[in-house]
Amino acid sequence: MTDQPPKMAVTFKINGKAQALMLDTRTTLLDALRDHVGLMGTKKGCDHGQCGACTVLVNGTRINSCLSLAVMHEGDAVTTIEGLGTPEDLHPMQAAFVKHDGFQCGYCTPGQICSAVAVLEEIKAGIPSHVQGDVSGTPEMTVLEMRERMSGNICRCGAYSNIAEAMAEVAGVRIAETHEAKMRDGEVRA
Amino acid sequence: MKFETPAGANPIDAMKVIGQAVDRVDGKLKTTGQAPYAYEHKDVPGKPAYGYVIGAGIAKGRVASMNTAEAKRMPGVLAVVSAENAQPLGKGQMNTAKLLGGPEVDHYHQALAVVVAESFEQARSAANAVRIEYERGSGRFDLAKAKPGAQPLTGNDADTHTGDFEGAFAAAPVQLDQTYTTPDQNHAMMEPFATIAWWEGDALSVWTSNQMIAWNKKELAATFKMPPEKVHVRSPYVGGGFGGKLFLRADAVMAALGAKACGRPVKIALPRPFMVNNATHRPATIQRVRIGTTKEGRITAIGHESWSGDLPGGGPEVATQQTRLLYAGANRLTAMRLAELDLPEANAMRAPGEAPGMMVLEIAIDETAEKLGMDPVEFRVLNDTQVDPEHPERPFSQRNFVRCLQEGAARFGWSRRKAKPGQVREGRWLIGMGVASAFRNNINMTSAARVRLAGDGVVTVETDMTDIGTGSYTIIAQTAAEMMGLPVEKVRVKLGDSSFPASAGSGGQWGANSSTSGVYAACVKLREAVAQRLGMDPATAEFIDGEVRAGNRSASLAEAAKSGEIVAEEAMQWGDLAKKFQQSTFGAHFVEAAVDSYTGETRVRRMLAVCAAGRILNPKTARSQVIGAMTMGVGGALMEELAVDRRFGFFVNHDLAGYEVPVHADIPHQEVIFLDEADDKVSPMKAKGVGELGLCGVGAAVANAVYNATGVRVRDYPITLDKYLAKLPAIA
Repeated sequence: MTDQPPKMAVTFKINGKAQALMLDTRTTLLDALRDHVGLMGTKKGCDHGQCGACTVLVNGTRINSCLSLAVMHEGDAVTTIEGLGTPEDLHPMQAAFVKHDGFQCGYCTPGQICSAVAVLEEIKAGIPSHVQGDVSGTPEMTVLEMRERMSGNICRCGAYSNIAEAMAEVAGVRIAETHEAKMRDGEVRA
Repeated sequence: MKFETPAGANPIDAMKVIGQAVDRVDGKLKTTGQAPYAYEHKDVPGKPAYGYVIGAGIAKGRVASMNTAEAKRMPGVLAVVSAENAQPLGKGQMNTAKLLGGPEVDHYHQALAVVVAESFEQARSAANAVRIEYERGSGRFDLAKAKPGAQPLTGNDADTHTGDFEGAFAAAPVQLDQTYTTPDQNHAMMEPFATIAWWEGDALSVWTSNQMIAWNKKELAATFKMPPEKVHVRSPYVGGGFGGKLFLRADAVMAALGAKACGRPVKIALPRPFMVNNATHRPATIQRVRIGTTKEGRITAIGHESWSGDLPGGGPEVATQQTRLLYAGANRLTAMRLAELDLPEANAMRAPGEAPGMMVLEIAIDETAEKLGMDPVEFRVLNDTQVDPEHPERPFSQRNFVRCLQEGAARFGWSRRKAKPGQVREGRWLIGMGVASAFRNNINMTSAARVRLAGDGVVTVETDMTDIGTGSYTIIAQTAAEMMGLPVEKVRVKLGDSSFPASAGSGGQWGANSSTSGVYAACVKLREAVAQRLGMDPATAEFIDGEVRAGNRSASLAEAAKSGEIVAEEAMQWGDLAKKFQQSTFGAHFVEAAVDSYTGETRVRRMLAVCAAGRILNPKTARSQVIGAMTMGVGGALMEELAVDRRFGFFVNHDLAGYEVPVHADIPHQEVIFLDEADDKVSPMKAKGVGELGLCGVGAAVANAVYNATGVRVRDYPITLDKYLAKLPAIA
């Protein structure tokens, strides 16, 4: 029982910078980022893939970093909230969150922003969602699509309405012309 | 400074900075991941070890044996601390259950031990190797079963009687007598309870996540039987609290015990599935409401009774509070009964009392209006009161409740609502509108601050106030900026440190008004010191655009501190204006809901809140408070419920997958309107709270909208489709 736990080497790029770590194989990507690389921007809300606070981009795709072991990411490129922008040089999505007050306590915020950036790309790439009338068609850049795709990121402070505004601004769509109008016309589900 | 008479004109009235929709001053840090939360601080003496807490596997009984031998032999393990080897602990005044259990177990997941190891993975693994044998005792876990034995209360929670309720109710031509239930609910804040603790000699320091720094310091001192001066608590960023972080919790106690045992800093974050049963929750209630009116709709009798449960020594959910103040009526009754239950500790969650109280009262009002054949907005307007109904000689400080209802109705298109339910269809959707009042008292707490003017003209504010997402950093910066005639960029705000003057803290929607009033008081003192330093008359000196002006003289503010920093510290204390005037906040919530006529799925389509809460210090952050509360209200109405296992005595759905809270797709665009108010009887800021007002009544507005859509009245929250699907109108 006193044997040391198995360790494995892993090399990946975090925000463009190469990192070589020797990790207990049980270490999640989330804990590797926080406790081994020292990037605390990625948050641990549940450690079970239920809340989305740990969302990061791996090779451009968003994942819950708590559900992924670090050693599975050999050679991957990971982007965290710190890699999107800095207080001096905000990413447009970060700036939009500040402008529209798309957060309160701030704990889910890095995950929300990473997801929001990825969601706009997913819609552009034509990845389908549950709210499309026809999943074989092309998804529209609407707030409805954004809300659906953001639903794995919980915000208990309840900033959803403001996050929607921030995302709409970055996507260049007007909320009134999309989701709300259709909803009033009974064309789409709320 | 003591606030004893209504505020006259003061520098805040200029509203050059106060009242402006300033972006959060901590916004750039939070959106870039640079704001450090409790578990993330690097300013710690030495490499922290990791603690993993073990919780009780039974709800009631004893630990028969705890075998830690195997765990202690595991790699990296530094210490295992339990009641067997921990120093004897005291108990803070504010906790009902002990934070370290054993050998007696008071509730499921009560902390019994902490395993400390070099890494998180090692600590978690070793915690799984601790073997505990229990002697299971029998417990009481069912509120409905315990209700007949529930006991009356004394003091503030005692029954209230005004006039002859029973006689007036019996004589009323229109009567409503209904019983409703609300479930146990969980704060489910995004940041888990987390602490880094270390000892330096006999002094304890913690980075923690807590709403009330001064309470936390005092309770840590009581727990470790040490003088409060030896405790240093810091909590500069709090990842949500909602009342769950008002009190000292197990993360801090177990981290401090672990740190003592291994002689290094120890960091602990409670695992999510551990949080619900280890910590506090909003308790379930059973509520009976009786309303008697004249044929014209005037309330002649209003009675509200509530039953809730808690561990022995605990308190009730004060769900009848608002009924003492919200509506007119000469004959009144409120009563609360408390049952002993062996579930985890019941305690405050956002708007304790009013949140579940208004969920119920405002359905009852809707039902009464329907019996009268009256519009529910009109019924509420008719029964407005401008005085405390129990003490008619005592007026409200300001009460624009009727305006909230009427302006909201106009804005929302309330006139389009069909009074008869189940009448509006859009395709497969049944559409309904609901309204509810919002009401929550204003509370003021003593709050102190220190302000420093440096030679570069920057003002720094230091107070132990917390920002739990509420916007404290921003409104405190705005207050100091307004007082000193500076832009927000020239103010630095430091919060959440017990070495700073003790503030009101964050709770009971008292934080914004109280803490900014403390900063106001400190700034009044600083203005006097600045004027004196500049040889100006403090009484006439004006602070405008970075300058101090008196008579025909002017100087830059920075000039005053050239020869050395000027420091002022002051507390705002409160006289008896809250006794002379009832200080409350008001609002009206409007909701449009769509219910799928085939599946029963409910969607909230439109939401509007109109709030009257005194001066709004920052409309952007205040609006966020309200939309967040509206979101939580939708959760309470439609999905949130801790499921009680009545055999084994715990909440089954104790994580974020099982305890459902609203997500993006559940919430539509939300609209909030603040009436333009300034309440001179509450504080020099003339402001009141909004963070809890925004929640009170939302659930009932949703419930009333679902009823209006379907014609099925559900009186047991949450309104899940199993409770109404079979009763939906026939498919057209």
